[in-house]
Parts: sequence; structure tokens; C-alpha cells
Amino acid sequence: MSQANISESEVDIVIGALHSDLTLFMNEWRPFFLRFHIIIVKDPDLKEDLQIPEGFELDVYSKSDIERVVGSSTAGLFSGYSCRYFGYLVSRKKYIVCVDDDCFPARDNMGNVVDALAEHLFNLKTPATPFFFNTLYDPFRKGADFVRGYPFSLRSGVDCALSCGLWLNQADFDAPTQALKPGVRNLRYVDAVMTVPVRTMIPVSGINIAFNREVVGPALVPALKLADEGKLRWETIEDIWSGMCVKVICDHLGLGVKTGLPYVYRTQRGSAIESLKKEWQGVKLMEDIVPFFQSLRLPQSASTAEACVAEMAKTVKEKLGQVDPLFLRAAQAMEDWVKLWASVASSTG
Amino acid sequence: MAEASVKPVPLLKDELDIVIPTIRNLDFLEMWRPFFQPYHLIIVQDGDPSKTIKVPEGFDYELFNRNDINRILGPKASCISFKDSACRCFGYMVSKKKYIFTIDDDCFVAKDPSGKDINALEQHIKNLLSPSTPYFFNTLYDPYREGTDFVRGYPFSLREGAPTAVSHGLWLNIPDYDAPTQLVRPHERNTRYVDAVLTIPKGTLFPMCGMNLAFNRELIGPAMYFGLMGDGHPTGRYDDMWAGWCMKVICDHLGLGVKTGLPYIWHSKASNPFVNLKKEYKGIFWQEEIIPSFQSASLPKECSSVQNCYLELSKQVKDKLGKVDPYFNKLADAMVTWIEAWDELNGAAK
Repeated sequence: MSQANISESEVDIVIGALHSDLTLFMNEWRPFFLRFHIIIVKDPDLKEDLQIPEGFELDVYSKSDIERVVGSSTAGLFSGYSCRYFGYLVSRKKYIVCVDDDCFPARDNMGNVVDALAEHLFNLKTPATPFFFNTLYDPFRKGADFVRGYPFSLRSGVDCALSCGLWLNQADFDAPTQALKPGVRNLRYVDAVMTVPVRTMIPVSGINIAFNREVVGPALVPALKLADEGKLRWETIEDIWSGMCVKVICDHLGLGVKTGLPYVYRTQRGSAIESLKKEWQGVKLMEDIVPFFQSLRLPQSASTAEACVAEMAKTVKEKLGQVDPLFLRAAQAMEDWVKLWASVASSTG
Repeated sequence: MAEASVKPVPLLKDELDIVIPTIRNLDFLEMWRPFFQPYHLIIVQDGDPSKTIKVPEGFDYELFNRNDINRILGPKASCISFKDSACRCFGYMVSKKKYIFTIDDDCFVAKDPSGKDINALEQHIKNLLSPSTPYFFNTLYDPYREGTDFVRGYPFSLREGAPTAVSHGLWLNIPDYDAPTQLVRPHERNTRYVDAVLTIPKGTLFPMCGMNLAFNRELIGPAMYFGLMGDGHPTGRYDDMWAGWCMKVICDHLGLGVKTGLPYIWHSKASNPFVNLKKEYKGIFWQEEIIPSFQSASLPKECSSVQNCYLELSKQVKDKLGKVDPYFNKLADAMVTWIEAWDELNGAAK
């Protein structure tokens, strides 16, 4: 099974800098980052100057750049973890890989360092299989295939638009779970990638993802901001919202989403108990968000990611607007995002 | 929130039967002895009933050959396949236990990456005794396993999960490929140990393999009919697939969960791909029609027992698949016979 390889020139690495000192982060990733162009977007709320080691091919964007490109009124979309979406907007590449700045290369079960970039790109360039579950997981991996009983008509699969990786050490638990189990570390390296079945929703963690920007870029929306959104992942759910949008759109457009490898090693920081106070709103909202997305259907006429997001924004306003004003703001943000995408972003060039 | 699971796994030795179809011998049981000896075995002997199948010493078992099946079921024995491991489902029907574990006679104890022997039965029990999560995918897989939990974004209202009806295990060494794949990749071996159990989401179908399978007979037993295969029938090697499609539609309807992943067993015997191709040939074409029909199947609200769901499915099989081949009319009738036989032996559904 040969697929065209993804060349470095088609990829941007986007890093949202929530910490000013990126020296250790960049040096640890250097062997894997070196061959790619990197976009670093500094959290507009971060006061200190960024410290970035030499030797990388990169563009750095800070608050003034964001305001210049999108205007100061819309710049609010890009604070905190959402600063990375600005990177998606200004990128000119087909593929994006994005990792939180407190994550490092992981080691697999044999002790080898994981090239998370190569693994994400493999996920994106090989087909996804959303219409029927393969019990040996990704059939396109070496040493695996479709099992007995897998319909032949479904074996060519569909394009994979989003690759969701995982995390060793500090898993992406919510604050209540981590507060209850402060000592739990994710030590289990599960050697699998699999396609998330069609119409199955998943909580996409923005900590370690890669996607086909050309096809679904507009679907990753910086829309849902908690009232008390903070600078720890426990204090946000913007990526969960964004991921649900992407999944619904992928299901609608016949694209795939994979989950599993690659792993990154995520460091511990912050206090789950402190964050409990802030994230509780997010935890409550999930009870409304999940049923909403599970039942969301898009009209046939929506044939691009932009059109899908515009439609979704309308439905969010109608169906969730009364539940919490946060959702009205999210719908507005989605509309703004679509406009921004049309005016600022362009296809690869 | 998932509980830390530090309690020892109960043996369930009086609540679980091990069902083994065989036509050859049961030598493989020697390797399983440390794990299987406490349990009652139901051996379903396929093929020539006059042949004696020797069961290794020290096991508590019942053995049923074709004569026994005919005697016990009378004319309803027509629903039990002959010359195909599909006959194993007779064992599910005659069991009186809450749980079933079924395994093929060419499956042995596998080793985990640390070199330790895998107690497949214990893992199946863990899978069955902990909830499933069919309504929302947990990216860290089974949240009830030690060392993991639900991830951020997983709604708390869904964290109690659903009762687990089926635990589908996997195989190292000879993978469960169809004949065309076996022909193209005769040397491929599954060497990848994926340390995960996960719930197959609601609304998603999968190819269920009967080689290493456990289920809660009280919750889903009547749906585990392995169809009409082998002698006198146009297809083979689709028995477990058929049961898997029916079972999953019913589990989705009744709010039950299906897990797949661990445990692994070591599958030692590669069957002849040319023989397999002849058996599967029709199935390979038919599955293109069968699967969409199961994917679009829906059961009316009034079907609240497994038996009623199954009978409703048998009608839909006749309606939707009867035109593909007359075999499906026979199969639909056999599905009804199976439920009648099940209720006769086990008491009708409430």
C-alpha cells in the first residue's frame, strides 16, 4: 500500500506560547522540528518576551501582529490557548501539527523516542475507516490489515482530516478527576491508532493534534470561552468544542478522524484543586454540549468546512443560545471566524 | 467517576461455562489447565458423533455430539449447523450459567510483552464486570481499568456507563484474516500487543470473531445464534460475523455495551486459504448487502427483550435480504427456530 509522502514543505508546526521561555521545549523537540517551518504565536496576555533558541526556521507572532491582521476587536478570539488558532489562520501550508508548549517527546515501550510529527503525518496521509470498525485497529499500519468480515467496498477508506494524539505522564483529565487522583499518571503506552467511527463523538484534546488545514482548517474554531478561562488546560474547553465541530463536519463531508498514537510526554503543572473552581462551568456545560453535537445534522448544501461552520453557528444560536449566554458568544465567534478565514486565510500558495 | 480497581477479580467459577466446539481433539486444554480447571466445560463435538473425543483428565465437563443435539432439540436441531464451528452456539443454549466464554481449539495461552502468561479468562471477566461506555468515546479507552480514567470533556452524566454484554478478545500470531487477504499475505503474523480495551460505540458495527469471546448470557444470550453454516449451506466462516451484527444492533437498542481489545490469545493454526475461499466466497459478496442492512436496522420501542428483538430482526432479514438469496429466508426461519428452542430450554422471556 503506497501513499504519497507528505513533504516538509507542506507542513507548518504551530505552537501557542503560554510560557515565555521556550528554550527547553524547542531544544527537546529540535531533532523533529528542525526540518519544518514553525509558527509561534505568543499568548497576547503573556507579558514577558519569548526566549527561543537559535537554528529554527520560524515566524513569531505576538499581540500587535494579531491586532494588525484581524483588528483589535476580533483579537480577543486569540487569547490563552486559543492563540494557536491565529497560527492556523495565517499558515499557508496544507497540514498543521500543533503541540502544547509543556509537552515533550515521549518514549515508546521499547524506550525509543517517538517522532510525534512523523506519526501524525502518517495518520493524515493514510486513509481513515469510519464506516466499519476494524478490530485490529488501523489497517494501514505495518503488520496489520483488515480482518475477516470487513466489507471490501469499504477498504479504500476516506481521507483523514484530523489526527488526535495522546499523552503520557500527565493525562488530559479534568480538574475534578485529577484532584481526586492527584498521583495518577498515564503510564500505559497503547500501541494503536484507530479511526473514530462515523457519528461517534469524542472529546478532542488540543494538546497534541494535527490536521489537514486545506480541508478542515475553518472547522477548528476558537469559539467557546469559559467565563473564567485560565492558562491551564483544566480551565478550558475550547478544544473540546472545536473538536466536536470538526467531527460533525468530517462526518458530514465524508472525512475521517483518527485517535491514538502518537504520544507526547506531558509535564505536570498547576493545582487541580485550584482549577476546580474555574473549570466547573466547563464540566456542567458538557452536559448540554454533547447531546447538541450528537444530534446535529448539516444540510446537504453545506459542502465546505466554512459553509458547515456558518450553518453550525446558526444552530448553536437557536438551540443553545437560551441555555447560557456563553453559547451566543460562541456562535458569534464562529461567524467571525468564518469571515476571518475568508479574508485572511487562503489556500496553499 | 471510575473507581480505582484494586479488588481481586472474582473467579465466577459457578457462574461461568466455557464452551468449546471441536472436531479433532482437546489437547490444547493442557496449556489452559491452570486457568480453566476451576470451570465447567461444555464441549460441542462437531462432525462424526461416533468418534470419541478425549478430554484431558481433571476437567469437569459435558460433551454433546450431533446425536445429543438431535435428541435434545428434536426437529429444532435443524437450526444448529453441522460441520462448522457454528455448532458451538448449542453450548450457549444448554448452559445454565450467567456467563459464557468460548474459545477455539487451536488457541493457546499468549504472553504479554513482559513475558507473563495471559489469563484470558480473567481479563474477559474484568471486561464483563465493569461497565461499557458506548455513548461517547473515551480517548484513553476503557476508563475503568487501573491507571486510567475518563478524559477532560467526558460528560459526568455518562460516566456510570452501560452494562457490558460482550467482551471480544483478540489474537496474536495468526491473525483472523479472510481468505483473499491470507492468500496475498500468507506470512503476516500479528505481533503487535495493543494494551487496550475499548467500548465499540453505539451505532457502530464490527466483525465479531468467535475465537476468543465472552458474554453475559443473561443479558444477551439469545442473540448469540451463529447461523446456518457448513454442511448443506452456501457459506461458511460467517457464523460469528452474523451473530456479531445481530448482537450489536440489539445491544445498541437495549442500552448494552460491547468491548473489544484485551485479552489476547495465541492463535496457532492457519487454515487453508483455498478451502477458506470456497467457504467464504458467497459471504464476501453478501456482506456488501448485509452490512448496510444491519447498519440501517432499527427496532421498535416495544421490543424490550432480547428474544423479541431477535424475532423482529429475523423478519427484517427476510424482508431486506430474502431477495439477495433464498438462503436468507432459511436463515430467518432458523433464527425463529433458535429462539423457540432457547425459550423451550431456558424458559421464555419475561
